[in-house]
Order: sequence, then C-alpha cells, then structure tokens
Amino acid sequence: MTRLLSASATVLAIALAAALAGSLEGVRTVLAVAVPYAAFAVLVLGLSWRVVRWSLAPVPFRIPTVCGQQKSLPWIASSRLESPHTTAGVIGRMALEILAFRSLFRNTGSRLERGPRLVYREARWLWLAALLFHWSLLVILLRHLRLLVEPVPTLALVLDRLDGFFQVGAPVVYLSDGLILVSLTYLLQRRVRNPQVRYISLFTDYFALVLLGAIAVSGMWMRYFARADTVAIKQFAIGLTVFRPAVPANLGDWFFVHLALVATLAAYLPFSKLVHLGGVFLSPTRNLANNNRMKRHLNPWNYPVKVHTYQEWEQEFHDKMAAAGLPLERP
Amino acid sequence: MRDRGIIWMGLALFLVFLTLPAWHNLSARVSAKGPQPVPPAGQKQCVAPVEYMRTSHMRLLLDWRDSVVRRGAQDYTSPDGRHFAMSLTNTCLRECHSAKADFCDRCHNYEAVAVPCWDCHMDSKTLLGSVK
Ligand code: HEC
Ligand code: HEC
Ligand code: HEM
Repeated sequence: MTRLLSASATVLAIALAAALAGSLEGVRTVLAVAVPYAAFAVLVLGLSWRVVRWSLAPVPFRIPTVCGQQKSLPWIASSRLESPHTTAGVIGRMALEILAFRSLFRNTGSRLERGPRLVYREARWLWLAALLFHWSLLVILLRHLRLLVEPVPTLALVLDRLDGFFQVGAPVVYLSDGLILVSLTYLLQRRVRNPQVRYISLFTDYFALVLLGAIAVSGMWMRYFARADTVAIKQFAIGLTVFRPAVPANLGDWFFVHLALVATLAAYLPFSKLVHLGGVFLSPTRNLANNNRMKRHLNPWNYPVKVHTYQEWEQEFHDKMAAAGLPLERP
Repeated sequence: MRDRGIIWMGLALFLVFLTLPAWHNLSARVSAKGPQPVPPAGQKQCVAPVEYMRTSHMRLLLDWRDSVVRRGAQDYTSPDGRHFAMSLTNTCLRECHSAKADFCDRCHNYEAVAVPCWDCHMDSKTLLGSVK
C-alpha cells in the first residue's frame, strides 16, 4: 500500500509542479519547450541504447518452450503456430503475441476449495483488460496526430470518426477514452486487491499505471471539462515539430499537466519495465523457430579444438603396443 | 546465431515512425500560423466573450439546442446584456458568420473536427438567403 501511495504522490507532485510552472511567466517556456525536447531525446537515445545492447547479446540456441507438437515425421501433424519451424510460422506467432497477447490468453488461476480440492480455472480478465488498455492507448496516440500534423493524416481522421461514432455530446465522447479508464482501473485494482500480486508489486509497477492513468485523466479533463484552446495547442505542437517553438500564453494549466506527465512517461520508458515496447519483439521463446532437429545450429564462438583421435594415438604407440602384446585395430 | 541486422532495421523503422510528424511538417514546410478564421466584418462582440467561444462554442450550441427543443425557451441574454434568438442557422450564420467556409470550416478542417449539425441545419448561402 505504501508503494501505491508513494507512486501516486510522485505523479501528483509532478502534476502540481507542472501546473505551477505553467502559470509562471519565465518558467513556462522551459516547461513547454526544453522539457519536451529533452524527454523526447531521452526516449529516442535510451530506447536505441537498450535495443542495441540487447542485439549484441549472444543467442546461442533455440529455446523450444512451446505449446504444440514439434515438426518431426511427415505423418505426425505439427502445430505450425504454437511450435513453428518456419519463418512464416514465427511471424504468425509473433503477430498473435503482439497484437492479441496470445500467451496471456493462456493464463490460469488456482483456488483451494472445500474438500480440500485444488481447482484450476481459466483466468482471462487480465488478458482482456491488458488488451483493451494497449489498443485504446494506440488509438489515442494515433488520434493525437490531428494535433501534430497539418494536414491531418487520413488515419487519424478515420480513427477519430470511428472512435466518436456515437456522437454523444460536444465535443464528442471517444470510446477509447472510456475503455482506457476502465481497463487501467481494473489493472490497478488487481495489484491492490489480490494479495499475491500485491506482495510482488513494486513502486515501478504502480508508478507506470498511475502515471498512465493521470495522463489519460488530465487529457480527458482538458477535453470534456476544462476545455483547452486546441487550436493554440496545435499551433504550439507544430512549432515544436518544425523546431521553431513559440509558446502562446493561453495553453492552460491542464495542458501543462498533461504535457509534463507525458514527458515524464517518455523519459521514464527506456529505463523501466515499459521498455517491453521494444523488448517484446526480442523474446527468445517467441521469435526463434523450433527447428533444432531440422537444422544444425553451430555455435558461432566455437574455436578450433585440437583433437587427437584413437587412430592417431594407436599409430604413435604402434610398436610399443605390439611388443607388449596389446590388441591393435590395425595390426 | 545473431540477428543484429534485423534488430537494427526494426529499431530504425520504429524511430522513423516516431519522428514521422516532424519529417512531414519539415518537408511540407508546415508553419504554425494556424487556421486564421475570418471574423465577420462590422461586428465587435460575439454572443459570449471570445475566449469562451474559442474553447467552448460547442457547449453553448448544445445548451441552446436543449433550451429550445426541451424547454421551449428561445431567448438568450449574452453576458453583456444583448438579446439573441437561440438558433444555429438564424443567429450564428445569418446574422454574422455567413461566410461559414472561411470561419467555422477553417478551424474544423485544421483540427479534423466532424460537425454533424449540417446534416439537418442549413448552411449554404443560397438557402440562407431564401428562407426567412
Ligand atoms: C477558432 C476555431 C473555430 C471556429 C472559428 C469554429 N470552431 Fe467549432 N470547433 C472548434 C474546435 C477546435 C472544435 C473541437 C474541439 C475538440 O474536438 O477538441 C470544435 C467543435 C465544434 C462542434 C462540436 C463538434 C463535435 O461533435 O465534436 C460544433 C457543433 C461546432 N464546433 C460548431 C461551430 C460552428 C457552427 C462554427 C461557426 C459559426 C464554429 N464551430 C467555428 C474550433 C472552431
Ligand atoms: C438529425 C437532425 C439534426 C442534427 C444532426 C442536428 N440538429 Fe439541431 N435541431 C434539429 C431539429 C429538428 C431542431 C428543432 C427545430 C425547431 O424546433 O424549430 C433542432 C434545433 C436546434 C437548435 C435550436 C433551434 C435552431 O433554430 O437552431 C439548435 C441551437 C441546434 N439544433 C443545434 C444543433 C447543433 C449544434 C448540432 C450539431 C452538433 C445539431 N443541432 C445537429 C435537428 C438536428
Ligand atoms: C502517451 C502519450 C499521451 C496519452 C496517453 C494521452 C492521452 C490523452 C487522452 C486520453 C486525452 C483525452 C481526449 C482524447 O482521447 O483525445 C487526451 C487529450 C489531449 N491531449 Fe493527450 N496524450 C498523450 C500525449 C499528448 C501530447 C504529446 C500532447 C501535446 C501535443 C497532447 C495533447 C493533448 C490535447 C491538446 C488534448 C485535448 C484534445 C481535445 O480537447 O480534443 N497529448 N490525451
């Protein structure tokens, strides 16, 4: 519980500091220009650094942690997606993993019932909430392109229309906004309510969830309640992308809160568990074809080993062995 | 086994996507000048202070609608004491913003806002002129 509280307090402190800095004439420019640029640079360099480090690590052997029949004899049906032996199969497995969280779908839970009897059951709420959260986040980020690019890209336009399909209120309520709130709430309460999960939850686990929640809430507050001048915000955002930043006076406190929290997320991402954004592509148990029996995988670090075979040995001691009356392969 | 080539290509691709808005805006020479809506000539003050209208005109319009359609109240008193009939076409467009394309549409295209109102409410100049 103290971990959750300290994570929430940290996020709150950042938000308050941002609101304060946004209202101070001199500090505003630093927050609006220097902080986003710095955070973005940390994101790009940090992520690259981590991925390049990973790419230099040796992958000595296929790790066949699979959930299906391996390809063997032609008359034994093999599982092409669960235990792929071709590159196409691996791409299919990775796509399922990244787009649909296939391995999380297999999640099970266990419970001790009266008897005593241990019961295993499928546990899919975590999968559902995680999937909803990630897809909503993607849709929201792509929709944000309307505030960043001129003319607005078709993708952002189409997503905007679909997301606001029900045209509730003005400005219209986005479906993804509701979904991200619900899913984040579920993910957070799971860590708090389930004793086992609470025991292993660290500051960073809560911090990531609370930070994302605060970003979503500040954005929604700005859109549905406080109302920000989004035309001025778009002019400001375009100014940032073309490296001619200009900070209008009427951006609003909530925008600074939103911006500072997003900058925090960007800078925090490469050094936290959130870097699974890149790491998921490098999961060795998912991205290597299970073809250990079909192909010979040579260890690239094999150095030439000096060998002395029995034949050579026998030749060397041939005369001595013959004299001692020992049996010889080549008399 | 090493897959460095593929990993580095994937990373480069991701970084290109991440910075695409900047590349696009830089190469298309997009400036931060904004939509520059044209205010109506000869008018000084909107039905509410301009700072409020800039961020929240859609709220005001829905309030008007609810007021007219649900409560039958037609009259609106602006903060500076003037009276207006609560009507999208008759008040907003006919009295002031008849050049909708240079006013409303500029902003809405800039921000990709879909304004569904014109499915039913009139906005074209010819119709505005003929209907009283
Ligand atoms: C200064 C720019 C600007 C001008 C001028 C402008 N609008 Fe808007 N309007 C906006 C923005 C920005 C939004 C959407 C805000 C958002 O999505 O965050 C919006 C949204 C709306 C909406 C709600 C749409 C929805 O369903 O979300 C309505 C209705 C609307 N405007 C009507 C009008 C009308 C009518 C006019 C002309 C008389 C007009 N606006 C002029 C900027 C403008
Ligand atoms: C499905 C058709 C339809 C759509 C779409 C629609 N309206 Fe209306 N609106 C009506 C009807 C019908 C009335 C009632 C007219 C009357 O009672 O004289 C009305 C009345 C109004 C009124 C008060 C009367 C007037 O003359 O303006 C306002 C204001 C209004 N609507 C605003 C909006 C806004 C803003 C939007 C877009 C977000 C919108 N409407 C979208 C059908 C529609
Ligand atoms: C991880 C990154 C971000 C997340 C998760 C996020 C989340 C959100 C959410 C949930 C909303 C509510 C409305 C909507 O769904 O569109 C929102 C609105 C908004 N965000 Fe973000 N945001 C992020 C980054 C940014 C950035 C970098 C900017 C700066 C350009 C920004 C500017 C805005 C603005 C101006 C709004 C109000 C939009 C409106 O009124 O229509 N956001 N954000």
